Order: sequence, then structure tokens, then C-alpha cells
Amino acid sequence: MIASTTSPSTISPATNERADNYLTHKTGILSWLVTLDHKRIGVLYLISILFAFFLGGVFAILLRTELIGPGQTIMDNDTYNKIFTLHGAIMIFLFIIPGIPAALGNFILPIMLGAKDVAFPRLNLTSYYLYVIGAIFALLSILLGAADTGWTFYTPYSTSTSTSVVTIVLGAFILGFSSILTGLNFIVTIHTLRPPGMTWFRMPLFLWSLYGTAIIQVLATPVLGITLLLLIIERTLGVGFFDPGLGGDPVLYQHFFWFYSHPAVYIMILPAMGIMSELVSTFSHKHIFGYKFIAYSSLAIAILGFLVWGHHMFTSGQSSLMNMIFSLLTFSVSIPSAIKVFNWLATMYKGSITLETPMLYALSFIFLFGIGGLTGLFLGALATDVHLHDTYFVVAHFHYVMFGGTLIAFLGGLHYWWPKMIGKMYNETMGKIACLLIFVGFNATFFTQFLLGMQGMPRRYANYHEMYTPLHQISTIGSYVMAVGFVVCAAYLIHSLFRGRKAPANPWGSATLEWRCASPPPHDNFSAPPTVGDPYDMSDVRFDPQIGGYVFKTQPTP
Amino acid sequence: MSDEIKKHERGVFHVAPLPVLIGVWAALMVFTWLTVAITHYDLGDWNLWIAMLIATVKASLVALYFMHLRYDKPFNAVVFIGSLFFVMLFVSFALMDTIEYHPELILDYAPVLHP
Amino acid sequence: MSERNQAQGNPDASHSPHLSHHFATPLQQYETGKLGMWLFLVTEIVLFGGLFCAYAVYRANHPEIFVYAHKYLDVSLGALNTAVLIFSSLTMALAVRSAQLNQQKALIRFLAVTILCGFVFLAVKAVEYEHKWKHGLLWGVHYNPEKHNTESHDIGHEAKSLPDHANESSPMLPTENLHNPIPTTNEKSAIAPAADAPRGLASRFDPDLYEHIRDVPKNVQIFFGIYFVMTGLHALHVIIGMGLIGWILRRSIQGHFSAAYFTPVDLTGLYWHLVDLIWIYLFPLLYLIH
Repeated sequence: MIASTTSPSTISPATNERADNYLTHKTGILSWLVTLDHKRIGVLYLISILFAFFLGGVFAILLRTELIGPGQTIMDNDTYNKIFTLHGAIMIFLFIIPGIPAALGNFILPIMLGAKDVAFPRLNLTSYYLYVIGAIFALLSILLGAADTGWTFYTPYSTSTSTSVVTIVLGAFILGFSSILTGLNFIVTIHTLRPPGMTWFRMPLFLWSLYGTAIIQVLATPVLGITLLLLIIERTLGVGFFDPGLGGDPVLYQHFFWFYSHPAVYIMILPAMGIMSELVSTFSHKHIFGYKFIAYSSLAIAILGFLVWGHHMFTSGQSSLMNMIFSLLTFSVSIPSAIKVFNWLATMYKGSITLETPMLYALSFIFLFGIGGLTGLFLGALATDVHLHDTYFVVAHFHYVMFGGTLIAFLGGLHYWWPKMIGKMYNETMGKIACLLIFVGFNATFFTQFLLGMQGMPRRYANYHEMYTPLHQISTIGSYVMAVGFVVCAAYLIHSLFRGRKAPANPWGSATLEWRCASPPPHDNFSAPPTVGDPYDMSDVRFDPQIGGYVFKTQPTP
Repeated sequence: MSDEIKKHERGVFHVAPLPVLIGVWAALMVFTWLTVAITHYDLGDWNLWIAMLIATVKASLVALYFMHLRYDKPFNAVVFIGSLFFVMLFVSFALMDTIEYHPELILDYAPVLHP
Repeated sequence: MSERNQAQGNPDASHSPHLSHHFATPLQQYETGKLGMWLFLVTEIVLFGGLFCAYAVYRANHPEIFVYAHKYLDVSLGALNTAVLIFSSLTMALAVRSAQLNQQKALIRFLAVTILCGFVFLAVKAVEYEHKWKHGLLWGVHYNPEKHNTESHDIGHEAKSLPDHANESSPMLPTENLHNPIPTTNEKSAIAPAADAPRGLASRFDPDLYEHIRDVPKNVQIFFGIYFVMTGLHALHVIIGMGLIGWILRRSIQGHFSAAYFTPVDLTGLYWHLVDLIWIYLFPLLYLIH
């Protein structure tokens, strides 16, 4: 009966319990390690990035524990410097950047598009192994004593410190290539593998956001590559591009670094916004509002994201002319971001909202991203930035955007597509409890940091004045609450793997193509190109209590 | 299937004519000679710009004919030119910043030569 | 068109064995590969773009370093290498053409010539590098110009010493470039330079006041750092390109390519042309500074 609601590819009689799907298509560990199937590569990525997230999270808890009181608590200052460097580098290069595009995107993009695979499956696997090699180098640096430069590797400190900078920089360099190849693959896939009928404006908005993300990955990441390469040869061969002692210019390093790393924050947030568009429309059971505006705003963010890197350098010795230009351009980025938020709110207006776990994450996103985005304006304004630069205000701001934005949307997307990926439903009640714990813990952890920053608490310090103690303690307790939330989340997701209720093809009532496949999808996704309609036409689906999921009213014609 | 391919081949799989390839090569050699020859004349700032102009003409010839961009799908050209645009953006912003400091460069840090 | 049906070597060299399962038509596969390659070239351009940015910033800040140091480069060798690369680009384009027209022997011949050109390019580059290595004209901390120059900072002496070693490698070096009319003055400034102060703290520089300070510029190693990184990365790309062409050559000897399937030849060609394209800019920027 599920089969009758899905695309012709999944034609299998009602006895589809043993139906061929991507998980059972081939078995054995080797069939996973050399797979060219985008879905399996997506799952491999998912496992890897969740491991990286766990590691980065452990470092975060260690940092917060050290900061529970002034003076030394559990580690000395040097260790603290190394731990915050590792926390930043792992979370950014190993988790957030590949998180949504490489893990969820790899799995969902071709199915959403109605394609059988990404354009270059071998390249896709190569990209995964580059990720693994990069991750090994990053972890190797821990064994070699870890770097203490912060994830930005600013010169001239990074070229003069005795810690193992080269290893972790080499890791980031390789991870950059992994990211480039993923982006390249996605652009080509979206351009050339759209089935008949899948016009640009019938693409789900998640694909638009992945497309914008991929543009940034392809255009910006090579600059990171050359920057880190220069840093490596500067340390190993003494070229002196960024060494003032040899006539080099350290500010140039910052230009190089942020030309990548500012667009990189849009690599992190854009796919999160794409997930949001899917979640808000699905759980409001209503057509997305302002489809074209959201689609174009994704591209606008991708392009504008390239024009604002200098706002990281307001106090680094950048000229006042450029400070003004970059400040102005920074404010302009808030326009497309606000367009998206308004369209999500308008989508929810008069919708029949159901509060399943993914929607709870979506609502959290709007709240947290709102705070994160608006506090960005304080930092983008030149005068206030002089006071707030390098304080906890900055820390809180980017955690609200990166964690409250990207990670929350990632969790929303993970819960949303989990039934599709695994074929099992998780425990809805536990999902809601975990979401609540994370939301409360997050705000306790990071809202206090806005206050600390405004009072002048500098970032990256292992110690602090006693006046900051209460706020730091609330922050640390908040981080523990969050950690409990994540443990709960991990527990019920793992539980669902073994004991979960079998997922229907379309548990949420979405209208995009991936829900026309069985859960989990068959090896080839679609045996014939699927018929493509409006991706947000919610009148096309109705709830079928018999199977506990939604069915499509219109049958796709083969 | 194979008929379909042949139909497309005429349009997409463009075979560059031999005289065009040889002609482009000759033009590239002439421009190379020109760009070397022109450095013997002092044209002030113009030397750099003329050298860059010649290099750009050469690069365009290579891209248009050797790399088939002229006969290719237009989107490939958009991709290519787009990347140049972003490189220009990067270089020009970094230059704008650094030029702002020119009046304040320190003497003998790397003394200014007047050519 | 008739010759397209006569695929050599491989009896069934039609498109179908090369069509991957997720493409509907060979044309779609071809266009996909092509777009992928162009996007890859974009990343290469941006990668080198970073180096061009560093070049632009340092040249804008310290043109005197570039004017002074580029005279240690041999224009005729650079021009020779430009000609070699342009010629190899031609042969690569001809190789693609041969593949499209099913001319197997011509394809093999042109690919072999292209690789040969790559070797010539690297050999010339090696001569240049060796020359600089010998004279200590290296990057950053390794910059240690010849000892007889370190005894005196007199620019006249320095300039005269140049043709000696430059002529070894090339008698065709345009010598008027070397006798650049840099004023040779031994008058030293009586004003102590604020050499170690951070940038931006010194008072505004008045060129008229210090007009007489015209020495060998400081920080010449910046130029050689840029020179070695840019040409080194470019040479690395030449080597990678040669490896790719070698792989294509092997496959064409085995008869893998025909009018129906020549995508790898085409894509490798694109990569090789890009390598040429970057050199077209490197040559005037490094060798032809006025």
C-alpha cells in the first residue's frame, strides 16, 4: 500500500517488507567503504561529522568547566589555549561546514531533484575520503601537542609558536578540497541532472540554498587553500609573505583568511536556511510564501557574502576607508536574511501548524537566528565594534548564528529526514524533551555571554575577574543542560535504529520528491524520471490513518 | 541513440577548423613578441597596463578558440568570467586597503625609488 | 561522418560502454563532464588569484623591489618558455581535434609533442631555478645574495655585477634593462630611518625630503618569495598536466578514444590550456617589469 503512493521506481507489491533499498542493496562493510551511492556516502558523512561533533562538544564542555570559576579549575592556561583552538577548528572545519551539505545534502539532493545520483559519484567518494584524511591530520595534531593559535591561525603568532600548527593547517587544507569537490558536484548535478519538468522554479528551496552554498564553496574555498598553503610554506621554508621581519604583511594574511572564512559562514548558514524553508512549509501544511524571494535571496546572500570579509578586521589595522565600505556592505547582508525570515513567518500565518520535533527546531531557529542576526548589526557598526570586538559578545553572536542557526536547523533536518534515511520513526516525546533541553540550555549558555561581553569579558581567556563569576556559572550550567539534551537525543535516535516503528513513505505530509520514494529509498531512487509538480502543493497530500502517514492524491504518471 | 548523438554532434561537439587553430597560435606568438618589445619603451604606468591588456587578449584567444569557449554552452563562459570577476574583487579590495596606507609607509622600511 | 563509425582498436567503441547509469544520454554525460571541468578550472583560477592578490599588494606597496629584483630574471628564457607553452597549447588543441575526427595516429603524435613541450618547459625552469639557487636569490629567510654584493650596497656595483652571471645563461639578455638608470649615489642620509617602527605610526612620508636615499631596496626577498611560489605552483600544475596527458596518451595508444568518445582528451586539454593561460599572465608580471 505504501508502494501505491510512491513513484514507479518503488513498484513493489504490498509485501514490500523485504523490498530492495539502499541499505540492503549490497551488504558487507566493504560495500559501504567503496560505495558510489550518494545515499551511502551521505550516511558515511553523517557518521563522521557526528563523531566530530561529539569531539568538539567534549572540548566545549571542558572549556566551560574550566570557566566555572576564576583561577585554574581543571587545566592550565596553555592547555586552555589548545582546547579552544581544537574546539573551534573541529567544530568549523569538521562539523559545521560539511554538516548540512555533505551529510544531509548528499543524501537528499539527488532524490529531491529526481536524479539517480550526483553528477560525479566517484568524485563524491573522493571528497569523502579527503574529508577523512583531513580529519586524521586534524586529530593527529592533538597527538603532536595541538596548536594554540585559535581556529583562525593568525600570523605572525601562527608562524612563530612552537605548537603543531602545520599538521592541523594541513588538515584544514585537505578538508577545503573535500568541500570544493562537494560544491562542484552539487552545482553540476543541479545544472545537468534535473529530470524533465524539474524547472529551476520547481526546485525545492533546499536545493536553491545548496546551490548558493556550492557557489561559495567553489569560489571561496580555493583562497583558503592558497592561504593555508602559504602559511605552511612560511613555517617550513620561511618564505615570509606574512612575516613583518621579512617585509611581509600580517594584515594581508587576514584579508586572505577572511576572503574565505567570511563566505564560509554562509556555507554554514545557507543550507540551514534551506532546511528551514522545507520545515516551515511542511509543518504549517501550507504552500511556502514568497518562493521566488526565498530562492533569489539565497543567491543574494551567496554573492553579498563575498563582499563583507573586512568586517572581521575593523580593529586589525585595516584602513578606515575599507572599514566604512565593509561596514556598509555588512548591513546590506541583513536584507536577504530578513526576507527569508519574513517569508517563513508569512508561511506560518494562517497555516495549520503541527508541532512535531522538526518544527520545534524550526521555531527555535527563527528565535535564535533572529537574536544572532540582530546582534550582528552591533558588531557590523564601526563604533560599537571597537568596544565589542574580541569580547564574549562576539562569541555569543556567532554561537547564536552558527549553533542556534546552523546546528539547530541541522538537528531539525536530521529529525525531518531521519525516517527517510533509516526507515524508522524515533520517539516523538523524547524528541520534544531533547529539543526543549537544548533550547533552554543553549540560551542559558550563550545569552549570558552577551552580557559578559558587554561588560568587557575578553574571549579566549582561561581566567577572569571575579565580577564575571555568576554569569560564567550560569553559562557553564547551561552547557551541561545542553549536553544532557544531546545525550537524550543520541539515545532515542540510536534506539529507533533497532526498535523504531517502521516509517511510512511520507510521515510529515511534505510534497517534495523524496517523499514519493519509499523509506528508505531504493538503490536507484527513481527507475524512470519522476513526474515533477509544485514542491509545496500541500493540497496534493492527505493523511491516511491506516499507514500512519500521508499519501499523494495524484499518481505520478510513469 | 547513435543517430541522436550525431545530430547533436554538429552543434555541440564542435571541431575547430585547422586554419583557425594555426591562426590563433600565430597571433599568440606575435603578441608575445609585442609584449617583450614594448618593455624597451618607457611609458610610465602604461607599461603595466599595456602588458596586462596584451596578456588578456592572449588569454581570451586561448579561452575562445583553444578551449572552445566560443562554441561551448554559454553557461561555461559565464562560469569562467564569473571566477575572474571574483578574483578582481578580491584583488581590488585588498589593494584599496593597502593603497590607503601609502602616504604612511615608513621610510627605509623599503625606500621608495623614483624611476 | 562515415569515419566516425569506424572506431579503431576497440571493436565496440560506440558511446554506450562509456555511459554511466545515472545519465540518460551521452550528450548529457558529456556536458556534465565539461561543466564539472570548467568549475574545477574556476577553483584553480581563484587559487592562483590569491597569489596574484599578494603580488598586487606587494607591488603596489613596494614597486622599487619589483623594479630592482626582476632584473635578476632572464627575459629571454621566460619568453622561450612562453613560446614553448603556447606551442604545446596548439598541439593539445590539435590533439582534441584529431580525437574528434577519429585520427588515432595524429592524436597520439600530438599528445606526445605536448608532453615533450612540458619537459622542455620544466628544463628551462630548472635552469632558471638553478641559477638563482647558485646566487642565493631565494625567498624569505634564505635570501642571501652573492657575497661580493654584500660587501657594498653600492647600486652601481650591484648592477654591473649582474650581466656577468646573467650572460652565462643567455647572451640575448637585453642589456639596456640591466643598466637601468638607477641613480648611483653614495650619499647616505644623515637621518636615521625609523626602520623598526610598526607601520602607521610614522609621520607622513615626504618624498622630496628623502629624495637622495636611493639604495638597494630592502626586502628584496619578497619578490623572490613571490617569484618562487607563483612559478613553483605553476610548475606543479605543469607536472600534474603532464601526468594527465601521459595517462590520456596511454589510453589513446590502447585505442580508447574515438569521435564517439573523447571526453577525457577534451577535459585534459582544458586543464592544459589553463596552465598556459596562467603563464600568459605570470610572464609579463614577473619578467617584464618596467
